[in-house]
Amino acid sequence: MKTFNKNIILLALVIIIATLPLIIKSDADFGGADGEAKGVITEIAPDYKPWFSPIWEPPSGEIESVLFSLQAVIGSSIIAFYFGYMKGKRKSANN
Amino acid sequence: MRNSKLFILAFVSLTLMAPNFVYAMHIMEGFLPPIWAIIWTIVALPFVIKGFSNVNSIVKNEPDKKLLLALAGAFVFVLSAFKIPSVTGSCSHPTGVGLGAILFGPTAMSAIGVIVLLFQALLLAHGGITTLGANTFSMAIVGPLVSFGVYKLMKKNGVKSTISVFFAVSLGDLITYVVTSLQLTLAYPDPSGGFIASLGKFLSIFALTQIPLAIAEGLLAVIVYNLIVEYKKEGGLAIENI
Repeated sequence: MKTFNKNIILLALVIIIATLPLIIKSDADFGGADGEAKGVITEIAPDYKPWFSPIWEPPSGEIESVLFSLQAVIGSSIIAFYFGYMKGKRKSANN
Repeated sequence: MRNSKLFILAFVSLTLMAPNFVYAMHIMEGFLPPIWAIIWTIVALPFVIKGFSNVNSIVKNEPDKKLLLALAGAFVFVLSAFKIPSVTGSCSHPTGVGLGAILFGPTAMSAIGVIVLLFQALLLAHGGITTLGANTFSMAIVGPLVSFGVYKLMKKNGVKSTISVFFAVSLGDLITYVVTSLQLTLAYPDPSGGFIASLGKFLSIFALTQIPLAIAEGLLAVIVYNLIVEYKKEGGLAIENI
């Protein structure tokens, strides 16, 4: 099988893994980890006070998601550059 | 063939042994007592220093591989930004360090992992400065070590490269969160049930969620690996040697 076809199948699997929970667990709230772990810690050690808090926190969920997107954009730009560059290199070698 | 079946069996049983987990991510800022924050920082430090010197020597001595190193780092950036929903009804994100560990060895990823963790701690209030040592140990040291080791072991036993990449990356991802659970357990043993009770609770938070994500990360790593192999001539790489 061609690499491209193989990769399309693998990518489809990833999409299924990522979206299936939204369907089979449609009533869940899909929160993040941090809250739940905090709950267990306060249950085990009720007197524990976090001794340090984040120096800076994104002021809202929107700002947070823009920063997460920024992180993903930086990464995916480099990945796209890499394979675009390699493709161009192959093309110019063939000419 | 027999060997690859054995690995699949090991993977599945590891998956089933894991109890019912709910949430998963890095340890939050301020949530490790100072003594543990210091211990994990001291443990992580030599790996990170070695990592930066390895990255430095790759950049200096193997300029051909610079771009591939950037690619490995970029993979970590992208994957650790993806908060993906899991079957447990909560979200977590993959680590992305496994692929780079296979390509460049485990310590190079310690350096890259620390950069990503710092980015998230400073700009996203995700993880933290006081917990940086502990999170570095789980995501940027143990994870890559496991990925690297599993890959070498499977290749040695004649397993196909892509299958090896899949299991190496998936297990490295999963183990990161098992280590996170262990770290929290050491800091917070249960007053009545002790170490085991506490470990059960933290594992139940930090790993069933991670299982499907670990599989997804393994698949994504294989996609990128396939592409790297496809363009290995252009990339100037002797991919068979890794």
